Amino acid sequence: MNRRGKWHWSIGLAVPVMLLVLWQGVAAAGWAPPSVLPSPVFVIDTLVAMATSGEMIQALQATAMRIAGGFALGAGVATLLGGLCGASGFARALLDPLIQALRSVPSLAWVPLFILWLGIFEASKITLVAVGVFFPVYLNLVSGIANVDRKLIEVGRVHGYSPLRRLLRIQLPAALPSYVVGLRGGLGLGWMFVAAAELLGATNGLGFILDDGEQTGRPERVLAALLLFGICGKLSDWALAALGRAAISWQDIDGLQMGRG
Amino acid sequence: MAHPIHITGLTKSYGGQPVLGPVRLTLEAGTITAIIGRSGCGKTTLLRCLGGLEDATAGRITIGDGRLSHREIGYVFQEPRLMPWLNVEKNTGFGLAGLSKSAREQAVAEVLRVVGLASAARLLPKQLSGGMAQRVALARALAPRPEVILLDEPFSALDPFSREQMQEHLLHLHEHYGATMVLITHDMDEALALAHRIIVLTGPPGIVTGDLTPNLPKPVDRSSVAFFEWKKRLTGLLSDHSVASELPLDNQPRLARHRMAS
Repeated sequence: MNRRGKWHWSIGLAVPVMLLVLWQGVAAAGWAPPSVLPSPVFVIDTLVAMATSGEMIQALQATAMRIAGGFALGAGVATLLGGLCGASGFARALLDPLIQALRSVPSLAWVPLFILWLGIFEASKITLVAVGVFFPVYLNLVSGIANVDRKLIEVGRVHGYSPLRRLLRIQLPAALPSYVVGLRGGLGLGWMFVAAAELLGATNGLGFILDDGEQTGRPERVLAALLLFGICGKLSDWALAALGRAAISWQDIDGLQMGRG
Repeated sequence: MAHPIHITGLTKSYGGQPVLGPVRLTLEAGTITAIIGRSGCGKTTLLRCLGGLEDATAGRITIGDGRLSHREIGYVFQEPRLMPWLNVEKNTGFGLAGLSKSAREQAVAEVLRVVGLASAARLLPKQLSGGMAQRVALARALAPRPEVILLDEPFSALDPFSREQMQEHLLHLHEHYGATMVLITHDMDEALALAHRIIVLTGPPGIVTGDLTPNLPKPVDRSSVAFFEWKKRLTGLLSDHSVASELPLDNQPRLARHRMAS
């Protein structure tokens, strides 16, 4: 631990490593049959086999495309609507009640409708991911803009800034920290929804491997896919957090960041 | 050319509660006027009306010929209010949106030199001391070369040493730019050191209860007999209209609210 009370990032590896050892121990002792709990070594073998056969890269590609498409669509629409509702009281009065009402529909409940309207292929999956991404981004952006210090906005007013200019030069930059939080939350939900979409009907992707492992009674494939989901989710969040930190390095804060590293 | 300021019949109420006026004042072009008064007397409200941040309930404010653009009024707040994501240079140029890039850079470089921050141009607000940040705020208000500069207790958050330094700085800037300055303060030394004219505001609702023209030579010698005599007169004017001591205890929250509002 250093003077500022921060521990080295490697401390976060301790518990996973212990669990892994425990898991290997339980599997090796034969307390649970391999058809229920395959050993970590077997799961790693499965991963290697998936990698060498090309199945892994294909699955990762399919899932990543859905995440990227859904994230771009959801975050894009959320940014437009959030900016509009944050900036204009009229737009907020007009649109926010509807958006809040839609938010109370459980997101997975949209699945049947999306399948009926958009078919069972990519469009419905990407739309579902976009719905998951939309709400955290929208809510954080609107509240970020609404909570901008009145004192900063007054600086724009004394300099004769128009409302649009105040939005672009003061409110949006000031809302950036909150927006980054929204994007990270949105990406997290995006991973959740891509798994759901692929479980519900896909012929490729990590979610398909999950489903396939269950249908064919191969828990090692389920565990391998879970592991890949975890690694990809963590990596993408890490990348987004690093981008976000670079964008808001001007913040005068203590430096305590959740999910760092 | 600096502009005079004419204020006639100015009043301001919040929710039916009068906080200011009626105020009638004419401030001469190119002078520094200090408006002094206790916390909550309405002096900040008066300045906010002058700066267009509040609409007066009644009355009229005419600055110059009455057709001023925002570029011609500079406003310095009690706190620096810098944009935390912009460096010193960009913060200083915040009010120069209409200029070309090269004209903007030139204006910023000049004003930063005047306030002594040329070497800090690339720093972010989080890297500045309180005094430096307030100097950037001053530079931001000065950069568009305004004809009128409104200052709302600009140095009250600084330590006494930096405060005196900033006051000297402000006098120097006034000589350099020659704008009409209105300075809100509750510090008698500051008012006497800087102002050509001192208006005493008492309230709420804030009305003018004193109007002094201390003809002290600048820079003011704060240990001179003349300085002490003016300070005595000012103290007399300020304590004649004591507000807080006259208020019954159950009215105190109302006073506190006014203080917040100003």
